[in-house]
Amino acid sequence: MKADPRGVLTGEHFIDGDHACCEGALAAGARFAAGYPITPSTEVVERFAARVPTVGGTFIQMEDELAASITLQGGVWAGAKAFTVTSGPGFSLMMEHIGYAAMTETPCVFVDVQRGGPSTGLPTLPAQADMMQARWGSHGDYAVIALCPNSPQECFDLTIKAFNLSEEFRVPVMFMMDEVVGHMTEKVVIPPADQIEIVPRKHTKESVEEFQPYKTNGDLVPEIAHAGEGYRFHVTGLTHDERGYPNMTPQTQDKLVRRLQNKITSAADRIAMFEEAHLKDADVVVVSYGITSRVAQRAIDTAREQGLRVGKLRLITAWPFPEKKIRQLAGRVKAFVVPELNLGQMALEVERAAAGRAKTFSLTHAGGGVHRPEDILKVIVEASR
Amino acid sequence: MQLTEIRIAGFGGQGVILSAMVLGKAASIFEKGYATVTQNFGPEARGGACSAQLIISDAPVAYPYVTQPDIMVVMSQEAYNRFAPELKDGGTLIVEQDLVRVTGLDKKKEIKVYGIPATRIAEGLGKKMVLNSVMVGFFTALTGLLDPDAVRKAVADSVPSNFRELNLQAFDKGFECGSTAAPDNVEAQLEAETVTEG
Amino acid sequence: MSTDLNTDLLNNDLLNTDLPDDDLVNPVEPFLRTDRMPHIWCPGCGIGTTVNCFARALIESKIDLQSLALVSGIGCTGRVAGYVALDSFHTTHGRAIPFATGLKLANPKLNVVVYSGDGDLSAIGGNHLIHAARRNIDLKVICVNNLIYAMTGGQTAPTTPDHATTSTNPYGTFEPSFNLPHLVEAAGAVYVARWTTFHVRQLARAIGEAFQKKGFSFIEVISPCPTLYQRRNKLGDSLDTMKYYKAKSKVKNGAPTSEVGLTISGEIIVGKFVDRERPDYQSMMRAQYVDSLGDRFVEPMEAEVCS
Ligand SMILES: Cc1ncc(C[n+]2csc(CCOP(=O)(O)OP(=O)(O)O)c2C)c(N)n1
Ligand code: SF4
Ligand SMILES: [Mg+2]
Repeated sequence: MKADPRGVLTGEHFIDGDHACCEGALAAGARFAAGYPITPSTEVVERFAARVPTVGGTFIQMEDELAASITLQGGVWAGAKAFTVTSGPGFSLMMEHIGYAAMTETPCVFVDVQRGGPSTGLPTLPAQADMMQARWGSHGDYAVIALCPNSPQECFDLTIKAFNLSEEFRVPVMFMMDEVVGHMTEKVVIPPADQIEIVPRKHTKESVEEFQPYKTNGDLVPEIAHAGEGYRFHVTGLTHDERGYPNMTPQTQDKLVRRLQNKITSAADRIAMFEEAHLKDADVVVVSYGITSRVAQRAIDTAREQGLRVGKLRLITAWPFPEKKIRQLAGRVKAFVVPELNLGQMALEVERAAAGRAKTFSLTHAGGGVHRPEDILKVIVEASR
Repeated sequence: MQLTEIRIAGFGGQGVILSAMVLGKAASIFEKGYATVTQNFGPEARGGACSAQLIISDAPVAYPYVTQPDIMVVMSQEAYNRFAPELKDGGTLIVEQDLVRVTGLDKKKEIKVYGIPATRIAEGLGKKMVLNSVMVGFFTALTGLLDPDAVRKAVADSVPSNFRELNLQAFDKGFECGSTAAPDNVEAQLEAETVTEG
Repeated sequence: MSTDLNTDLLNNDLLNTDLPDDDLVNPVEPFLRTDRMPHIWCPGCGIGTTVNCFARALIESKIDLQSLALVSGIGCTGRVAGYVALDSFHTTHGRAIPFATGLKLANPKLNVVVYSGDGDLSAIGGNHLIHAARRNIDLKVICVNNLIYAMTGGQTAPTTPDHATTSTNPYGTFEPSFNLPHLVEAAGAVYVARWTTFHVRQLARAIGEAFQKKGFSFIEVISPCPTLYQRRNKLGDSLDTMKYYKAKSKVKNGAPTSEVGLTISGEIIVGKFVDRERPDYQSMMRAQYVDSLGDRFVEPMEAEVCS
């Protein structure tokens, strides 16, 4: 399906990542957002609030993030594509409803423009320290998808992708921006609507009598119906059977929770997106994402000028973690260098996937700024030895 | 348009960020180049000080920050004191000459200094607000980095429509000053003048 | 007092109602997910009675069931969503109102009912309650107030009256409690009523009236939790509670809500306290956009986006 042209601001724009994310959401068909202001993410909903009444849709500023993160899900079950936007402290409050969305299989997007934490931390300065929270933050076992843009253009492109993935898998998608990418201004090209591919909601074609809200047909993702269509279905955050009815037995729990996890992990290869360069001859691979990938680029360029065989693997999909890719590389490279604006989060995943076959150098940074390219270079040199 | 690092700094209300946006837009939308603008959003960005970093290049910009600016535009003494030492050898310093007293520059760095009374010129045009367009015009003429038509278009595209004409006038005025300015004279003039504001 | 004690109600058999005898088929049945019976509520619990009244209101007010959605939070009352044969959402603890807000805003054609407990709505969800009332979101909120957190075993709620004993205040509560009608009136609700599970007809009528209102309507139903509240406070069983409701309730329509606070065994003021007009959120939103944007305003889509 092609994008609804009403939401697509075709043209070349010089805008920051936050604004580009909003345009991506509108292009993807999002017509409902609920938010609560928090730096450095607020520009996304500010723009949405200004744009959506001219496109046909609703923005509501809720009383807190607990509310925002569930209001948007009401919007989804009424038929809208919906999202919310926040940063660390708000992301923490949203965890409850990320779990609810995972459990009820509500397709939606949570944008987190990461800033320094814990707690109020560094409201105006960058970090990438919510990466594990994005994966594991809500209680219980579930799987989500998380994407990491590294430019305003990607904030646009990947927001559309985030909505598409959320619809395809009926899963909350975490859109993990960071303060630098959010506030950085660059050219963003928005294509014509007919060049934007949109995944429509997986709406049921079953009759009212036949429809079971959590019955799957082979592909692990059930079909959905919306309130008001006559299906009179039930949705609950309790463990439920295919009818959507609470059924609190170990058997039902096992079946449900494994499916919630498997529908994502079994498609991990298909979901995985990364950018790679110079991997063929690499001794050392720099694995990075978000703003750090652009800092690392400079270090990689300098290292290659110095004759070091350094490759680049930029994670666009952070979750599900592209462990197959790392596993393959680990067989033939000496080491991975993982710079990130946290004290070593995705580095743990790299290390796990490498399983001792290549060394992992975790290059930490507590946030508030970015690495110095020369510091990354130093570790590349060390890892190449 | 090889990779050029530019810092623009001053205080709030001078259109520091807008200047960077206009130049970046000119480079990447109205010319075929690439541009990245980052702003200082730190707590220090509250209150007075205000600074933007702009990278212009003919290839995609990876590292988004200015490490050693080739060009610096400063519109307040505070910004001058803070940022001027960063300038690259042989770099270009453009100052709002009524607001910045250029002192203590390392002669060995051979920095080219240009001054313009942008605020006064803007006031002469009837609106102090357009001083950033004066500055952008001056910058465009002096540096030759960007196509003047592209920058003019970017000015027109970045300001509210009811102020478009005025901003274009301001741009032209600044451009005119820049076309005739010579660095050494300006420097001499700067050193002779006593600056009272800051 | 128009109704006499109805033992069917006291037995809390969901499938029995006190509707007129000429209804041969049980009229409430179509509203229930009979495949989910028996329900989890204790004998003598008041929640089932409120559901009967709700179903009866739907019949009497001829509410279109297809456009009706019911949202619950978590608690014994929160389970209502699971038993009604409607589009029904059992959300998270305290968040029924914001979920319902999303449903309503994204599809204004829906009639959205929030059905939840006193703790859910006024403690963990208290912030959402007052803000939804302030915004005047077009929701019908039915609050089953059993004066306790029942689902979790009888802990103190913001509604627990003075000196009542609870599992977390074993020596008696001492916190002042919320007077919910007063709270929601102050916050902006357009319709506020209180009845008890003794007042089945009045309650059904009130629910019907709330459906006629556009805006935030709040109906508090005082309801027994014999298992955890009445018993622990030596207030007898549900029959005793019905007798108490009958004896101590006083209908005072239009009573100032500041004067309807509850005590452990004192008078219960019931009636319709507030019935006023105020533009609802969506009307205000539309008016504002039309005013500011003129021709540029595009009507929000009504759930056509994805289906
Ligand atoms: C976030 C969260 N905290 C706590 C609980 C546990 N919990 C479940 S129901 C409930 C209280 C319900 O009280 P009320 O809303 O009055 O409903 P009742 O059971 O009395 O009908 C609590 C605290 C929960 N489910 N979720
Ligand atoms: S515990 Fe109380 S409220 Fe819950 S079902 Fe039993 S009687 Fe009803
Ligand atoms: Mg209760």
